[in-house]
Amino acid sequence: MDKRQILNRISIYIILILFSIAYLIPFYIIARNALMTQREIAQFDWQLWPETAQWQNLTNLLNDPIANITVGLKNSTIVSVLQVAGRLIITSLAGYGLARIRYKWADQVFYFVLIALMVPSAAIFVQTFLVVASLGWVSTIQGLVVPGMFDVFSVFIFRQFFLDFPRELEDAALVDGLGTFGIFWRIVVPNSTGVFISLGTLGLIRSWNAFLWPLVIGQSRETWTVQVVLSTFLTAQTINLPALFMGAAVGIVPVLLVFFIVQRYIVEGVRVSGIK
Amino acid sequence: MAIPIPELHKATGDRRRKTALEFWLFVGPMVLGLLVFVYIPIVWGLMLSFFRARNTVKPTEFVGLTNYTELFSDPRFINSLQTVVVFAIIIVPVTFVLSLGLALLVNDAGRNTGFFRTIFFIPTACSYVVASLVWKTSLFNGLPSGFVNNILWLVNEIEPIAWINTVSPPYYWLVLGTVRLWLQSGFYMIIFLAALQEIPRPLYEAAMVDGARRGWQTFRHITFPMLRNTSVSVLLLLFIEAFQAFDEFRNILATGGASGTQILARPPLIYLYNVAFQDQNYGRGAAGAFVVTVLILGVTIIQGRLFGFGKRE
Repeated sequence: MDKRQILNRISIYIILILFSIAYLIPFYIIARNALMTQREIAQFDWQLWPETAQWQNLTNLLNDPIANITVGLKNSTIVSVLQVAGRLIITSLAGYGLARIRYKWADQVFYFVLIALMVPSAAIFVQTFLVVASLGWVSTIQGLVVPGMFDVFSVFIFRQFFLDFPRELEDAALVDGLGTFGIFWRIVVPNSTGVFISLGTLGLIRSWNAFLWPLVIGQSRETWTVQVVLSTFLTAQTINLPALFMGAAVGIVPVLLVFFIVQRYIVEGVRVSGIK
Repeated sequence: MAIPIPELHKATGDRRRKTALEFWLFVGPMVLGLLVFVYIPIVWGLMLSFFRARNTVKPTEFVGLTNYTELFSDPRFINSLQTVVVFAIIIVPVTFVLSLGLALLVNDAGRNTGFFRTIFFIPTACSYVVASLVWKTSLFNGLPSGFVNNILWLVNEIEPIAWINTVSPPYYWLVLGTVRLWLQSGFYMIIFLAALQEIPRPLYEAAMVDGARRGWQTFRHITFPMLRNTSVSVLLLLFIEAFQAFDEFRNILATGGASGTQILARPPLIYLYNVAFQDQNYGRGAAGAFVVTVLILGVTIIQGRLFGFGKRE
């Protein structure tokens, strides 16, 4: 490397490190404020770290009768797990059917699914609410879970993946006497764990972080998710900042755990979603 | 004797019926779901928009186009469309440039590419609600205790700025822009990074032989053209997401308690939320929702045409 290249390298690293610090500041603020007293947070001069870490903020939060954070955590867990499980089952079956079963109306069905990809999913929340409310699903777990299971994008990823699946494996299983479902369940699924984990973890994060739909459909306190609980306290008149930030910390820890355990698959999932 | 023919016919008929049954067992649940939660809602919403429906999601009285005329004469609705256009004009190019820039830098980080990729990608795991909370009550808190106000004071003794409580200058755009930028840029950086790694090395080597200098020249003549498809889909996704903005406006800007009816800037989805769920005017909500859906669809299609979406090199 000549001098120019070395200088180049160094400047790249300096920029990257500066950006990295900027990107990590919000996480630092969450940790700092979650462990501070209200007085420490409100003082004018920025204090880098709490004098003594206020771990009782956590117990205060969990025992707060109004905050409902435990109910929120429970609801968010149930909703995201059920929604992602349902979505994986439904969309992988559909993807396989569209990729492999030669039915005479298969093309038309494919277009039916394709058109739904163009519909802006968040923008139709009023219309979806009208139907879900007519089903009597307001403030129910199924109202939170079911409408989000039919993700067109996942169908496309699965279909594409199954189209590229080695045909010989499936043919061999056919000779062994397995039916279409047997082939799918015993041969195709076990050899596609990567794509299931990718879409599954991306889906878990998305469901856990969802806000608009849980806000409109979970109208009673018993069906509030973590995001709705936090938002309600954020827009309330008086804010208990340490509890709020402790709530935020509690709300992102599960996602960060999932994130770091399966980061490789998440990156792969995003990569695939960019190609389509 | 014509016996074999009907038997053969019967056999293929059975087979065809079996294929149909299998197909619907696999694809049926998805089709049913789309029907109930996407197609029927759109048709039902369109139908309801011609009816009065207040405090109920059931149509009560046919009113023709009244909901639409009321919608377009409501300054809040017109204003929400202007707001979202301004928002998109701010957020789309900035996110695009930053994600691409980060991807280029991270790609050049050699052995540490993985490390920096992780750091810029972590915010993707954060929700809009949590990020809004940090932005509103700490980073851009208008008091002297706010993080950015502290930095500004340290740098040049600049007086604390009321980031989200003033209309002129509209600093709140900076708050709204940066929160979305922080949450999204890592996601798009990964997409660009993947595309960068698929550009064949020999292209650069050939350019070097021809005397091109690494940097702006190779970026302009090789990297950027090779990223064309990726760039088009990123732009499209950014636009669609910007037009559907809701979370950060609701959590950062809404005041007036939990109802959040007073708000500094109101994008269309906030307007629809206010009309449908706070005024309980589902008829007008349905009309607005239909207009907004059609607008986003239109922008998607026009943009797709404009950039020749889906074309391959």
